[in-house]
Amino acid sequence: MRIPFSALLGMIFTGAFFLAAIFADFIAPYPLDAAVGGVWESPSSTYWLGTDTIGRDILSRLIYGGQITIFVATASSLLAFGLGSFLGFLAATQGGWVDQALSRLVDLVMAIPSLIIALVVLSVLPISLTVLILVMGILDATRVFRLSRAVAMDITVMDYVEAARLRGEGKGWIIFREILPNALSPLVAEFGLRFIFAVLFISTLSFLGLGIQPPLADWGGMVKENKDALIYGKSAALMPALAIAALAISVNLVADWILSRTTSLKGGRGA
Amino acid sequence: MHPVLKLVAQRIALGLLLLLAVSVVIFAGTEALPGDVASAILGQSATPEALANLREKLGLNEPALYRYFSWLGGVLTGDLGTALTNGQDIAQAIGQRLGNTIFLAACAAVISVPLAILLGLIAARYNGKWPDKLISGITLSTISLPEFVAAYFVIYLLTQVIPIFNPVAMVFPGMGFWEKLHAVALPVIVLVLVVLAHMMRMTRAAILNVMQSAYIETAELKGLSPMQVIWKHAFPNAIAPIVSVVVLNLAYLVVGVVVVEVVFSYNALGQYLVDHVSKRDLPVVQAVGLIFAAVYIALNILADVISIVANPRLRHPR
Amino acid sequence: MPETLLDIRNLRIEATSYPPGEPPRHVVLVDDVSVSVEKGKVLGLIGESGAGKSTIGLSAMSYGRGGVRLTGGHILLNGRDIRTAPPGALRKLRGKEVTYVAQSAAAAFNPARRLMEQVIETSLSHGVMTKPEAEARAVSLFRQLGLPNPETFGTRFPHQVSGGQLQRAMTAMALCPKPDLVIFDEPTTALDVTTQIDVLAAIKRAIHETGVAALYITHDLAVVAQVADDILVLRHGKKVEYGTTDQIINAPHEDYTRALVSVRSIDHAEKPEAPPLLQVQNVTARYRGTNFDVLKNVSVDLAPGQTLAVVGESGSGKSTLARAITGLLPPAQGRISFAGRSLSADLAGRSKDDLRELQMIYQMADVAMNPRQTVGTIIGRPLEFYFGLKGEAKRKRIQELLDQIEMGKGYENRYPAELSGGQKQRVCIARALAAKPKLIICDEVTSALDPLVADGILKLLLNLQAQEGVAYLFITHDLATVRAIADRIAVMFKGQVVRYGQKSDVLAPPFDDYTDLLLSSVPEMRLGWLEEVLAHRKMESAGN
Repeated sequence: MRIPFSALLGMIFTGAFFLAAIFADFIAPYPLDAAVGGVWESPSSTYWLGTDTIGRDILSRLIYGGQITIFVATASSLLAFGLGSFLGFLAATQGGWVDQALSRLVDLVMAIPSLIIALVVLSVLPISLTVLILVMGILDATRVFRLSRAVAMDITVMDYVEAARLRGEGKGWIIFREILPNALSPLVAEFGLRFIFAVLFISTLSFLGLGIQPPLADWGGMVKENKDALIYGKSAALMPALAIAALAISVNLVADWILSRTTSLKGGRGA
Repeated sequence: MHPVLKLVAQRIALGLLLLLAVSVVIFAGTEALPGDVASAILGQSATPEALANLREKLGLNEPALYRYFSWLGGVLTGDLGTALTNGQDIAQAIGQRLGNTIFLAACAAVISVPLAILLGLIAARYNGKWPDKLISGITLSTISLPEFVAAYFVIYLLTQVIPIFNPVAMVFPGMGFWEKLHAVALPVIVLVLVVLAHMMRMTRAAILNVMQSAYIETAELKGLSPMQVIWKHAFPNAIAPIVSVVVLNLAYLVVGVVVVEVVFSYNALGQYLVDHVSKRDLPVVQAVGLIFAAVYIALNILADVISIVANPRLRHPR
Repeated sequence: MPETLLDIRNLRIEATSYPPGEPPRHVVLVDDVSVSVEKGKVLGLIGESGAGKSTIGLSAMSYGRGGVRLTGGHILLNGRDIRTAPPGALRKLRGKEVTYVAQSAAAAFNPARRLMEQVIETSLSHGVMTKPEAEARAVSLFRQLGLPNPETFGTRFPHQVSGGQLQRAMTAMALCPKPDLVIFDEPTTALDVTTQIDVLAAIKRAIHETGVAALYITHDLAVVAQVADDILVLRHGKKVEYGTTDQIINAPHEDYTRALVSVRSIDHAEKPEAPPLLQVQNVTARYRGTNFDVLKNVSVDLAPGQTLAVVGESGSGKSTLARAITGLLPPAQGRISFAGRSLSADLAGRSKDDLRELQMIYQMADVAMNPRQTVGTIIGRPLEFYFGLKGEAKRKRIQELLDQIEMGKGYENRYPAELSGGQKQRVCIARALAAKPKLIICDEVTSALDPLVADGILKLLLNLQAQEGVAYLFITHDLATVRAIADRIAVMFKGQVVRYGQKSDVLAPPFDDYTDLLLSSVPEMRLGWLEEVLAHRKMESAGN
């Protein structure tokens, strides 16, 4: 198997981000919340990326902030994925009223932009990590539901699934041995896209002041804290922004590659 | 009735039904969740008496169904109630800000739509060659950026590196059109950037899809010039998907606008919504949320209607 | 002296494909092929899929599809070499000197524009005639091609007319600018057999009356024998044999050509009537949510070890019958009994033995096998599922089955994508056999295959029937296949069985109208067949 350069680059960067998040306590040079230097110091050998609006080390905050951002994004996309793909497969294999009820519900939720629903809901609920993960996960599950239902529908009408049903195979064999292996690659690619979406979503919410609350820090919140720096020509707000962009782009590169592999597998039939 | 009219009527009726359901979701989303408005406003430390007073004042002791219908009735008659935080009339406050939001979104649309179609055409024309790879590469990276990140990159570039704009976009009533335009230049650039990438990629896909059809080969084998092929055979079939791509992306603008307004402290609907979410001012959140959702749904219906009308199979039934 | 219109010399065509994630692949599609067409003559290009016949056909317009490049030799059209001609010069001759009729007219017409605009487009853009002239010519061509309401036919949109009519409209489009040469690329392949004969006759008449030269591309030698003056037989992009139609059909020189000529001439002796294994009694069925009966009061039966062929055109309900028998579409009325017991209408109500003894083989072997399972898993699963075979015993049995389908060793660990079309269908047969069934339903199992490969599958099925005593319910639209394999035949039309009985009775006169039409529409491998049928039909309709 040949991995194209862009995908390799994506994998290396994604891996680095995750490692930094997992081992944050060991690699961050300063604590999360200690004001160790002056306000908006420029990058130097002591503060590699400079200091922030109250003199905290930006690199350390970036590393800890990455931990939160990546944790929330991972947790909510796992939730979205588990919930969405389970219900999607259920709807596709069960059909009938189960499918109708789930599909109409998802249509309804998807008729409103996610950000708007999230804002409406967060105006009532207490903002905590759990609530954020649940809200984002459930909203995003609708998209996973659509995709996994469509993929499973495509596969269930295949003659080989019919052959398995005629043989008398049970639901378990049909879902796990006939449908899942063929649905896996589009779903894996989708997981990448959902993860990016979750990173962007939580960052946006935090930037709006409705996401991760202090004293915890995440990248979106860091942009918000340091946004005034830009007016004074300091780059402090750009560092977390760059981190968000870099993570999103590298995951995208990997997902894009997996997606193109999937379509080429499908294309084998059409061509 | 002509089948196209029937389908369009069905689609619009379905849209209205959806809108009604959405109003239920928005109402339920704020009312039926654990913890009520009163305690949300007053916080954890509120005394029971204060809570009870506030509940009484807000009419929270009425049954939810009753409150929903009185709210819906208000919405339908243009009475959106008053804000909890400052007692202002919501409809009036929205009226002042809606114009600003529409101005911003319209500017972004006017620039991004032709640009996206042009770039999409170029990318499709040079499919797989360097202009396509360049355009696709750049748009892939802008798709990966949230609006506010793109905004700060643009601000940094255009106020610090090349200082030609003011980072805060202020518009006042009574400002001249060109003055206003200069004021919103930065947010418009940001919005264009975010929405352009999606629109261009979808346009490119729509054109490529048409260009790969067998009837395009037929046209080439008729000895028609590339322009004739595109104009007479590709265009009539590509127009519907492109228009619906454009409309869908305008719907996407609706969300982009919220964040961009906050970044530039632009006094309009999005900023108003976010402000009142943090203040937990429910009537405002419900009203503005409903407006955003309605615009989004309306644009989606428009996209569907266009693709119904443009389909020759439906326009000329057997 | 005859004038040469098209002269192809030592043509070489190559292509590069770019499978994603793999290095580019370079292939030679056509190698050193020479052929010529005189004015007013018809050349047939024949071969199996991958023979390069369409590629050569399009080269007469100096056109390569996708990444196809015409890399060597000469293509002389009216005396000039067009292989290396610049795009501007090619545009002038495409659509004016040479025109093209595609296999799928449904896809080749622009859905957004009326037929007339498209039919006269080239005549106008090349300045061959004025708009009124072109429209008048189009109407006369519509009439010539036997299209209904020729005066107003052109005002319709492509989706408003049937497939056979669209194919004729495409022929009109090709003939309208009075070209010197028309390329017909499998123009009747996608049509039903009774429609095919009409379109074929219309095309032949139009060629004859306009005096145009033609390249006629097809995989069906019997079809091309009706229209061509000369035939070029191709295989793997190389010339096999080139001669007059008479010589190719009646005195072929090459083994490959001989095989093509004698294809579908398998015949087997009909087995005598016997007590039935499968009895379908008065079955009526409809799809959920519709109120149209796709099967109307169908009764057939089938004896152990014999073959019942169910013949019909698309929409006749023959595949629905299979779905009713397998339990995928429970019938609204009627009963089905199998091996002496009554079968539950619904799949869920059938016992494991019911399921095991009734197996199915599909038309598209490609989608009938899970692409993520190896041949070993595909064949091994029924062994495990029905007989609980495991380990060495299972492996041994898989190998036995692979031997039975004449594939031998080394296939167990391969994936379906690594097999040829014929091999895929063989694996599907092995999967069905693995269950030791009493009855196998074969749904158009040979119709997606090239004729010689299809013949191999039919022979295999006959051998397996002799060895295992399994019965076949064989669904097909192809009467030649029926002759080869059936003991009993049911002819279906619009959901009903219109003729039913032993093969010798069904295929012998007197016929009912539909069976007569169906039987007489099947192209026969001899010259002059088309004229005979048409003359016969004319006589009959005059007699009525």
